[in-house]
Amino acid sequence: MHLHKYEKIWLTFGIGSLLVFLIVLGIGAFYQGTQPPSCLVTIDPQNVQAHESFKEESLGLQKVGENEYVVNVLASAFQYNLGKDDKGSPVRTIRIPKGANVTFQATTTDVVHGFQIAGTNVNMMLEPGYISDFETTLDNPGEYTILCNEYCGIGQHTMSAVLEVYEP
Amino acid sequence: MISKRIEKPDARLSIGFIYIAFIALFLGGLMGLLQTLVRSGEFTLPFGIGYYQILTAHGVLLGLVLTTYFIIGFQYTLMSKSVGMSEKQRKWAWISFTMMVIGTLMSGTMILLGKANVLYTFYAPLQAHPIFYIGLALFVVGTWISCFVNFSQLRQWKKKYPGEKSPLMAFMVVINMLIWLISTLGVAATVVLQYIPWSLGMVEEIDILVSRTLFWYFGHPLVYFWLLPAYMAWYTIIPKIIGGKIFSDSLARLAFILFLLFSIPVGFHHQLTEPGIDPFWKYIQVVLTFMVTIPSLITAFSMFATFEMTGRKKGYTGLFRWLKGLPWKDVRFLAPFIGMVAFIPGGAGGLINASNQLNGVIHNTIWVTGHFHLTVATTVVLTFFGISYWLIPVLTGRKLTKQINKLGIIQTFIWAVGMTIMSGSMHIEGLLGAPRRSAFSNYGGTQQAQEWVGYQIAQAIGGSILFIGILLMVYIFIKLAFRTPKGEEEFPVAEYADPTERTPKVFENWRLWIGIAAVLILIAYTIPFIDIIQNAPPGSPGFKWPIGNT
Repeated sequence: MHLHKYEKIWLTFGIGSLLVFLIVLGIGAFYQGTQPPSCLVTIDPQNVQAHESFKEESLGLQKVGENEYVVNVLASAFQYNLGKDDKGSPVRTIRIPKGANVTFQATTTDVVHGFQIAGTNVNMMLEPGYISDFETTLDNPGEYTILCNEYCGIGQHTMSAVLEVYEP
Repeated sequence: MISKRIEKPDARLSIGFIYIAFIALFLGGLMGLLQTLVRSGEFTLPFGIGYYQILTAHGVLLGLVLTTYFIIGFQYTLMSKSVGMSEKQRKWAWISFTMMVIGTLMSGTMILLGKANVLYTFYAPLQAHPIFYIGLALFVVGTWISCFVNFSQLRQWKKKYPGEKSPLMAFMVVINMLIWLISTLGVAATVVLQYIPWSLGMVEEIDILVSRTLFWYFGHPLVYFWLLPAYMAWYTIIPKIIGGKIFSDSLARLAFILFLLFSIPVGFHHQLTEPGIDPFWKYIQVVLTFMVTIPSLITAFSMFATFEMTGRKKGYTGLFRWLKGLPWKDVRFLAPFIGMVAFIPGGAGGLINASNQLNGVIHNTIWVTGHFHLTVATTVVLTFFGISYWLIPVLTGRKLTKQINKLGIIQTFIWAVGMTIMSGSMHIEGLLGAPRRSAFSNYGGTQQAQEWVGYQIAQAIGGSILFIGILLMVYIFIKLAFRTPKGEEEFPVAEYADPTERTPKVFENWRLWIGIAAVLILIAYTIPFIDIIQNAPPGSPGFKWPIGNT
């Protein structure tokens, strides 16, 4: 098969940059550890409370160490259960100090949901039977919208909460 | 290239498919307009119609009905033109058409009744009415018949002309139908083995990750099934329209073979942020995904080589002055050309979407909606419009008039402006974090959500401009199908720049290419799929109330 000279240059350049690009992605994923969220832990979707992280008292923000937090989230159509505050009403805003190490841990009791914190890299699918997690550090103080970005029913757009990152 | 006349009965078959495509364009476009208006926050739907109901209708009508019917109709004319069609084949083609229409009507009725507000991805455990799934299955089986009709058309031609290389048009159609057949095996498996028994109550539970993996095994090749007919027009028809020649037969065939190999084992790049799939296998499929950039690079080179050679042959010289030699006032060229231009940002956006970890920045944001409105709704759709200007008169025995050509140029311009505004604001809003598939919301009154509203108003403006474009296109369609003067419109079939060029025989070794495609699919899917089944959590019961299916 005959290839025009310019076409050879074009394809060599194209395929070459593709290889470089894929190697960069691979180094990012396997050497530096920036993998897409891929938690492999399963759970019974009809009995999530059996898992320690999703018992009523474990939900929401938990301090687990010096400057280290876990946020346990239980999603269901159409809300995120983030635990209860001192007065017993549901928590709508999570407050985390800037620069803390945070792991978001979430699952769903019913259909597929999304868990996204707009303006950050936290973005994962929540599927019945699986726990999803995302470990991160939030460096920019401010108010962030937590929202469901996968279609979960006719009230999907009402499913949201707030994350506040404050200067410690 | 061998070219036959399109006989009347063949024309009737193709135009049947295309009628349905244009009805879907009008209805689906109207739904799209309503969506952008609702999401601007300035408008609410009357008569208790739900946002997610029209969103489902929009996706199904434009993503599945418009595309599939137009493609199959168009491909039948390419086959009739290049290899011909027997009476028996035509009979089966009509059976295929009938099954597809019955399936479409069944699913469509359930959407209209509000029993299937599940969007076109119908993710379990949201549970629609069983008739919705049965209709889908029937539709897919109907398309399979068309696959086999196309295969038998080429086989018959090969028998008649042993040893000769198959006509390029027929070769391309067969590749596209192979992609469709292999990939729809996945969606058919999940619908028939999982969704239908589960929605009928024969089984209690459904395995979510298996159903999603089977869906996306189909969901990405689907976009190449949309794109390849546009490439067919670019390779085999556009050169004739501009007064040029096909740059290279072997390169065109090579590009299509690469699509057959690399468009299927890639579904995980739609599931990058999902739990339960090992990140190693996600990366493997990301690498395979990026292989399809190679045939697109080949295509880009071939197109611009044809354009430049044509311009220079007409006497225009200089680095860019040859562009003047192209027929900008001919809508049959202009509309697909604007589509090609849109594929530059569209393709670049696609690279971002598939980039393993970078996907997390845009996954399920409205950026993705902006992306496929560039690729499918501009590149593919404008090429389909460009095809329609000559194909419909060819099929109805009429002429493309000067007036319609002018209206077509205006239509192309309206589309480009409307889409730049709508898709552009979707891309930016998505980068700011706004989700796709959502009705208007202020998300508890956050500052971020307030900043998004301006972009949503821009989308409503772009959407309104696009709807004017759709009305104009439907008007043009009616004119070309029923009103313009009778006559014989040219079916443009391009010739080769170098007729002595020898195409490697191996390109027609179907067993080899299907075999390699199968091996790649097995490599990409076997181990992760076994993992998914072996480590499966308890299944999910159906949920009807969240979609209002009570």
